[in-house]
Amino acid sequence: MITLSHYLVLSAILFAISVAGIFLNRKNIIVLLMAIELMLLAVNMNFIAFSQFSGDLHGQVFVFFILTVAAAESAIGLAILVVLFRNLKTINVDDIGTLKG
Amino acid sequence: MTFQSIIFYVFAAVLIISALRVITAKNPVHAAMFLVLSFFTAAALWLLIYAEFLAITLILVYVGAVMVLFLFVVMMLDINFDKLREGFWKHLPIAATVAILMVVQMALLLMGKAINLKDAGPIVPAAGASNTKELGRILYTDYLLPFELAAVVLLVAMVAAIALTLRGRKESKSQNVGDQVRVKAGDRLKIVKMDAVVDVPAAPAPEVAEEKKA
Repeated sequence: MITLSHYLVLSAILFAISVAGIFLNRKNIIVLLMAIELMLLAVNMNFIAFSQFSGDLHGQVFVFFILTVAAAESAIGLAILVVLFRNLKTINVDDIGTLKG
Repeated sequence: MTFQSIIFYVFAAVLIISALRVITAKNPVHAAMFLVLSFFTAAALWLLIYAEFLAITLILVYVGAVMVLFLFVVMMLDINFDKLREGFWKHLPIAATVAILMVVQMALLLMGKAINLKDAGPIVPAAGASNTKELGRILYTDYLLPFELAAVVLLVAMVAAIALTLRGRKESKSQNVGDQVRVKAGDRLKIVKMDAVVDVPAAPAPEVAEEKKA
């Protein structure tokens, strides 16, 4: 039988993988954004598991809003990335230090 | 082991492997494709606990919109990805340490006896009950204002993304409203000082004389 802890452990593993992804891909902004999407997926899975296993639909409404905000976030993030690449010809995080002075 | 748990373990394995490939893929296009796969398997896992609406939404919104956007950006920009992978494995020890610590902590907490989550199964909806209908009922009554705000957030994101990336063509003509407002009468109208011109009455019309000759 599937239990709540199955889903929670699975989403913990997913979250840990995406944290490791942020450590590994420290230079590549595109993969960093993908790791953030994975993180949000893990969070959403927690929300849905709790909601379905306790019979309370309000958790799923939260997932709906998280999906909305995440879509807006990645659209603006990628737009900023495109503008950045046009101006600097790079997406390496190490080269983006203009504000350091 | 029931049929459902077998399905769960298969999809969970696919999800974890594809997530690992997302963070380690050499080519970001492959990473995006594996992210699509992990979204699909996550949607299947959500279907397994009767959350149909969000499973379909995940596929429509993420696979249909967000990942297509990612693929567009990865393919449009001419990026040297080999340079970005320099020192990729340098951070592996700390990354693995943090990740394993997190998983072990969470697993100890969740599988342990302290919080007893083991005997609770998913609440099976009654026959004919619709997850989408119930969610819609809550969304359009209790959460009406947040729902409208979410729509505004999406609109703002759309306008911002277009405004950021819009590049006007060089040969296109446009008005500069600031210049138009700041213009003064002196820039447009030039007043020239000059002597008054006296209108001298002309000599008697020659046409009349010509007519008489004829």
